[in-house]
Amino acid sequence: MARALVNVPANAKRGDIIEIKTLIQHEMESGFRVDNMGKVFPRDIITDFVCKYNGEEIFRAELFPAIAANPFFTFFTRATESGTIIFEWSGDNGFSATESRDITVE
Amino acid sequence: MTLPVISAVLAALLAPELNAAEIPLSDRKSGYEFMGAETRAMQDDDAANPAMLWVLDGENLWRRKQATAQKSCAECHGDAQTGMKGVAARYPAFDPARGRPVNLEERINICRSEQQKATPLPFESKELLALTAYIAAQSRGMPIESKSDEHLAPFLRAGREMFNLRQGQLNLSCSQCHDDNWGGKLAGAPIPQGHPNGYPLYRLEWQTLGSLQRRLRGCLVGMRAESYPLGASEYVNLELYLMWRARGMKIETPAVRP
Repeated sequence: MARALVNVPANAKRGDIIEIKTLIQHEMESGFRVDNMGKVFPRDIITDFVCKYNGEEIFRAELFPAIAANPFFTFFTRATESGTIIFEWSGDNGFSATESRDITVE
Repeated sequence: MTLPVISAVLAALLAPELNAAEIPLSDRKSGYEFMGAETRAMQDDDAANPAMLWVLDGENLWRRKQATAQKSCAECHGDAQTGMKGVAARYPAFDPARGRPVNLEERINICRSEQQKATPLPFESKELLALTAYIAAQSRGMPIESKSDEHLAPFLRAGREMFNLRQGQLNLSCSQCHDDNWGGKLAGAPIPQGHPNGYPLYRLEWQTLGSLQRRLRGCLVGMRAESYPLGASEYVNLELYLMWRARGMKIETPAVRP
């Protein structure tokens, strides 16, 4: 599975706005490049990213060939309750990666 | 043409090496200082720095048992955080068995073939970059050592000569850009001083991690000069000179550059 770096604060106060950062290793081959014989490198990109907080979807992104390698997403959410935040990436050639982080809200 | 212009042109033609003044130690700046705020922020935050993905891979490789000898790097060298601290700040270093300097990548491969009995990793392969980045990152924040090894003197001299040698169809030397015209612009991009203090680094243009030799090859191609195969002694000599030129500057590995 691809290596991913996910950053979620382990603790937060109820109602706090928290920043979530995710970075995943992926070449994001656009499908437009050719080798020196003119043969196209087939497209191989991540197409979807979803983040769920205790089962509820809080962030979703669609990715396209113009997005750079090793996509980085950072976004904010409100800390509502303790639980698990799940991150899912999926893409071409059956690519799939999942990470999860626990958060304690007081 | 007026007389002062002609004499200035003549002076430039007759004494090119006089223009190539080394940068005073106090005026040296890391490539970091030439970058925009966004790229700096990317390097400063380990959660946003894509090179950290390679560093984490390198940590895994450090612990993995290799091939026939079934030995991992960690079994001999222990914890990299202590055992590898400062190593990147003193490479390339003289290897008595080979009678020449070797860089960090070569040292890893020597260890692999002699101690681990494993096949050497190809230059610029993901694994070699990951291992090099992991080892070099242990020296982050440490000053680059100045070379006092007398064995290195002839190689350092060769590296310096190459740095000042005009080559390629554009007839340029490294020094003309990075000693004489740093801070200026080349095709809209700032010309840095060309210090090697962040390698292997994540270059946004490459969209991946790359070694100093890959960067040097890029510069040579840009000068329309003939580049050398990766691992060539010419590159190692140049690396040695660049490290000497950057002595005392802090290691930033794994750095991010545009």
